[in-house]
Amino acid sequence: MTTKSNAHAGHIVPLWVYLTVGGGLFILTGITVAVSFIPLGGWNVVVALGIATLKATLVALFFMHLLYDKKIFLVVFLLAILFVGIFIIFTMFDTMRRDDIYEGAGRPIKPNAAMYDRMQTAGDSTAVTHGEAHESTADTVGNEENTEH
Amino acid sequence: MSDAEGRPAYLAHHFSEAEQQRESAKLGMWIFLLTEVLLFGGLFCAYAIFRSWNPDMFYNAHKFLDVKLGALNTIVLISSSVTMALAIHNIQLGKRKISIGFLVTTLVFAAVFLTIKYFEYSHKFHVGQLPGKYYTFTGIQGDNPHIFFSVYFAMTGLHGLHVIAGMIAISWVLVKTIRNRFSPEYYTPMEMTGLYWHLVDLIWIFLFPLLYLIG
Amino acid sequence: MSATEYVSYLQQPKGIKSWLLTLDHKRIGIMYLAGIMTFFIIGGILALIIRLELLHPGKDLVDANTYNQIFTLHGAIMIFLFIIPSIPAALGNFVLPQMIGAKDVAFPRLNLASWYIYIFGSLFAIYSILAGAVDTGWTFYTPYSTSTTTSVISMTLGVFILGFSSIFTGLNFIVTIHKLRLPGMTWYDMPLMVWALYATAIIQVLATPVLGITLILLILERAFGIGIFDPAMGGDPVLYQHFFWFYSHPAVYIMILPGMGIISELIATFSHKKIFGYKAIAFSSLAIAFISFLVWGHHMFTSGQSEFAAGIFSFLTFLVGIPSGIKVFNWLATMYKGRISLETPMLYALSFLFLFTIGGLTGIFLGALAVDVHLHDTYFIVAHFHYVMMGGTVMAFLGGIHFWWPKMFGRMYSEKWGRISVALIFIGFNVTFFTQFILGAKGMPRRYYNYLDQYQPLHAFSSVGSWILGLGFLIMFIYLIHSLFRGRKASGNPWGSLTLEWSTPSPSPIENFVTPPEMTHGPYDYDKVLVERE
Repeated sequence: MTTKSNAHAGHIVPLWVYLTVGGGLFILTGITVAVSFIPLGGWNVVVALGIATLKATLVALFFMHLLYDKKIFLVVFLLAILFVGIFIIFTMFDTMRRDDIYEGAGRPIKPNAAMYDRMQTAGDSTAVTHGEAHESTADTVGNEENTEH
Repeated sequence: MSDAEGRPAYLAHHFSEAEQQRESAKLGMWIFLLTEVLLFGGLFCAYAIFRSWNPDMFYNAHKFLDVKLGALNTIVLISSSVTMALAIHNIQLGKRKISIGFLVTTLVFAAVFLTIKYFEYSHKFHVGQLPGKYYTFTGIQGDNPHIFFSVYFAMTGLHGLHVIAGMIAISWVLVKTIRNRFSPEYYTPMEMTGLYWHLVDLIWIFLFPLLYLIG
Repeated sequence: MSATEYVSYLQQPKGIKSWLLTLDHKRIGIMYLAGIMTFFIIGGILALIIRLELLHPGKDLVDANTYNQIFTLHGAIMIFLFIIPSIPAALGNFVLPQMIGAKDVAFPRLNLASWYIYIFGSLFAIYSILAGAVDTGWTFYTPYSTSTTTSVISMTLGVFILGFSSIFTGLNFIVTIHKLRLPGMTWYDMPLMVWALYATAIIQVLATPVLGITLILLILERAFGIGIFDPAMGGDPVLYQHFFWFYSHPAVYIMILPGMGIISELIATFSHKKIFGYKAIAFSSLAIAFISFLVWGHHMFTSGQSEFAAGIFSFLTFLVGIPSGIKVFNWLATMYKGRISLETPMLYALSFLFLFTIGGLTGIFLGALAVDVHLHDTYFIVAHFHYVMMGGTVMAFLGGIHFWWPKMFGRMYSEKWGRISVALIFIGFNVTFFTQFILGAKGMPRRYYNYLDQYQPLHAFSSVGSWILGLGFLIMFIYLIHSLFRGRKASGNPWGSLTLEWSTPSPSPIENFVTPPEMTHGPYDYDKVLVERE
């Protein structure tokens, strides 16, 4: 016999919702790839993460059912993200501000690891320094290595 | 399927109602997903720090990742999430055979994901773009390019292990579905496996732009 | 009233297999207790060896490298194999479902799996002793831990495995508390022990995974030289410390919070009085859990982290002392005008109040950045954490053991020997560790095998204290084990306590309750309900 408590009281998400969300995720993937080729400087990472967050929200709300479930599950999920955020931000309070005491405090004595001295390096490998926002040159080496064999 | 007291066979002795058991399983699984987010969170932290210390090297190194393959894998994993959701949807409607079909499709998509990753990895092994002290590739401008690959392999490697674990869980659920253990009344293990699988997709949704689309 | 004829969880089912395959949370708790006490003894013997070695400068018993291994093992065993699981896994497992009127925890099979994982992880860690014992200190700091030839990988793998046990226990408890309370029991009807276990469980699930990834990265660094912690490879050893302490600071609250839960139960019961400030104590547990995640950098003031970060961490550290202070005041207010009886569990609770206050206050001293720069890595730190971990958690744990002993085993231990043991432990503890505050303030560094002659009298005094402490524990083990065979049979409610587990016969019935439990009063309604000791 099926008592009231045994009959599944769960909400069944309609098929069209799944397919629409899936389609939306495909489109957003396309957008994020396309935008990555437009040079926006520091904004590239913001846009990329923003789109990723939107995709993640869609997956969480619809595929993982958070939109329809009791609030506790959403709270658990958001707590996880909050604490990862605290971890990253507080650690970066350290790593981004090492130079405060005096210039150069956060920098390594030898910028490139010793193993590179044994390898043949192509091009100038000592010019890059931390925190310097430098235009990226599109013509870096090695593009022929870029496709699958 | 019920015992003498009218309790269904799937209802454990310490729960008083099926709904209580179901909601408990869900809460337990969400807490487990929370622990997975914290686990990967450590790697995202390492990524953030090393990218902030070596922004140009990261840009230069990431160009050696194949955006097309990465995007394809993203589409594959999103599709697998759709099919996983549809597998659950169909068991909710009592359509067991269609549900089985979608579970199998999910597994196929997962296998495709791993295959593409295999090709990506073997290419990197071939040219010496390996983590840490095994790195031998020349041709990336910037200091310590091995760091990018250390982070890349750690993040995608851990993610790949989770894909494999997910495939094992889905296979187990598939076997149970074939053996008719699930119905619209009870399909909790499938639903919980689905939640786990969506998280695996979620993590990739962040890995892809961070590793492949550094602008 | 309970039936005189009932089946206790110890009686049925019978046989070793029925224990090793049990799904009964009470049996799992007892099995955890056995493991935990074993590792406590091992860790304790290592401590005695340390104190023996430090009686005089230079070599007394062991050479310098062995000494490093011994203090590393003492720390790793005491922290990961003993104290972190101790209260939640041994006592919490036993008592939590009963306190909320449930038949078991939410996931009994996961509970049993947690125990097996605990045993497996512990054996892995112990194996690492034989395979070339680690000598890095329990904190495994890089770059030494990535280059030392000792068995870092097997120890860290052992700890990694143990982490899962902790996570699963926490997960189980959270769901149990949310979902398996007696119908009609609201959050504010729960005993404070349950709130404490809940807050602890939240920390366990949030923090332990980060330890997991830290250890994975350490193993990858050692095995594959990935270079993220190695400055020669462009990595950062301080990054390891951030990763490590993000877990390990909240971990110390995993250690103390359940202890505070026990103290609430003991003080209310043995003052025969309603707990003062129930909600304040309950919410302070949650506050401690949350704030504990914001302060980890106070372990790193001398590591080379930025001044900016150091300042923030120091400031936030002062915040975390506030909820603990609230609890101490509330416990004292509970005792005020209560009908206090000084049995062994209450003596442990009083010891806790005194010792934890010292430990907690010295923690605040250390939270001040400028002070810590001088005291970091000295014996002052060693004294501080022993005051909170042993003077705090272990006292509470032992108080809880003595409190719930009748319910767990149906026997009473010798009250006389109980009191003698507490006295020896209290005196021995203070002689051992108060001395170390002085040693540290005078500049004696920690983890040092050798030292200047001027420190020798204080070291010797501390070592004598360790013998008194050891004697106290030895007596305790003897009378506790003796009580299992010859102890007076216990009644259902020997202490006159009002929480639900005391409404049953002793030892606990197999289904937790003989008749379905009912909530007829709150857990601390000593002012409303007449309850006598049976």
